[in-house]
Amino acid sequence: MSSKKESVARTLTVALLVCLVCSVVVSAAAVALKPVQTTNRLQDKQRNILQIAGLYDESRSIEEQFSQITPRLVDLRTGEFSDAQDPLTFDQQKASKDPDMSQQLTGEQDIASIRRRADYSTVYVVENTDGSIKTLILPIHGYGLWSTLYGFMALESDLQTVVGLGFYQHAETPGLGGEVDNPNWKAQWQGKVVYDESGDVDISVVKGSVDPNSPKAEHQVDGLAGATLTSRGVESLVRFWLGEDGFGPFLDHLRAGEA
Amino acid sequence: MAKATARQVLFEPIFSNNPIALQILGICSALAVTTSLSVTLVMCIALTSVTALSNFFISIVRNQIPSSIRMIVQMVIIASLVIVVDQVLKAYAYSISKQLSVFVGLIITNCIVMGRAEAFAMQNPPHMSFLDGVGNGLGYSFILICVAVVRELLGAGKLFGIEILPVVNAGGWYQPNGLLLLPPSAFFIIGLIIWGLRSWKKDQVEEAEFKMAPQSRAMKEAM
Repeated sequence: MSSKKESVARTLTVALLVCLVCSVVVSAAAVALKPVQTTNRLQDKQRNILQIAGLYDESRSIEEQFSQITPRLVDLRTGEFSDAQDPLTFDQQKASKDPDMSQQLTGEQDIASIRRRADYSTVYVVENTDGSIKTLILPIHGYGLWSTLYGFMALESDLQTVVGLGFYQHAETPGLGGEVDNPNWKAQWQGKVVYDESGDVDISVVKGSVDPNSPKAEHQVDGLAGATLTSRGVESLVRFWLGEDGFGPFLDHLRAGEA
Repeated sequence: MAKATARQVLFEPIFSNNPIALQILGICSALAVTTSLSVTLVMCIALTSVTALSNFFISIVRNQIPSSIRMIVQMVIIASLVIVVDQVLKAYAYSISKQLSVFVGLIITNCIVMGRAEAFAMQNPPHMSFLDGVGNGLGYSFILICVAVVRELLGAGKLFGIEILPVVNAGGWYQPNGLLLLPPSAFFIIGLIIWGLRSWKKDQVEEAEFKMAPQSRAMKEAM
């Protein structure tokens, strides 16, 4: 029996069969569980948006809380609100890979190392009762050390004071770059001012800690210890999305009251 | 190994032949996932089910596996099960699976799973192998839960995220021990558990691999 068991043909058959059965099991599990996972991811994203906007309340359902937030589509080329796509289903990650839906960035423009920028983006607006903007939540992403970080940045109605910043998807080193998820670090962003008096982007992640007496303190955030490249990545991506090629024109329009 | 009863196969790994304390396998994940009890429990369930099911399936096909590709077949079965478990966690325990991140995937490389497949499932019938997998999973879980209780209770003053010892930051009296939230503390706790276990069951004490040399003459003269 043993010699028959060890023959080449037999070995190949067993290997093939094992692979076949295992791949069927794995793909069946992946396909069957996909809908539940998608809902989870969506809820996680919504929870992140709520947390970053400082609205999250654990005792209430996410759907109910999210109803106070209006998703709106922005055309990044013109910097105006647009109805070209449904803001709820528009997938910016997918669109930034599609040549028809995105544009190539030149090396000089591309400080966040994202290569292509989608033409549209979904922003989330929390409105006051009179319809004016209370909080504006912008999706941001850019390259850190190992991975693209995807997150949100929430701005107050003056469109330059940060309410919160956080990332919902990244694969930075746990314990070092992964500390972008650290609540203490994220809390530092609160109240920072991202534009200077002349309206240029002015926010940086500094090495070490910020000197609270420095006149620039409100434009600076502590770097992450042991994660220089991730810190630099976060700085670049924030600068990119607030700048000319990101939401800059859109924010200008909003300030002028004509988006 | 003499023919063991189902009872022995299931319960021996918990105290007498614990995979972590005696076989010293699977330490890496024991350090990483034991900062909070709920995460630990999910990890234990994941590992126990993978060990049990992989033992079961490997044991079913054990007579068919050519020895030249034995390890690879075992790995394929284990890896598939781990992916399935990971998918299930992503679907039904999303936030915990986010906290466990890579460690669910790393069950593939957990020495306990591979070790039991090779040492037990290849020689024993499916139902016994299944019980052996459950038993070893329980042994692993037992140590992890002990470590997690100590770490979460003394490190954060909580159990399952519910406050037990009111911490100073929140106006209580308990000053949490930050060291316990860092990975090295798990080493200390596991070390203490092994010490305790071996003082209780003396037969687990390993023979010394070397003898201390007598003090050198220089030392004696110095004294």
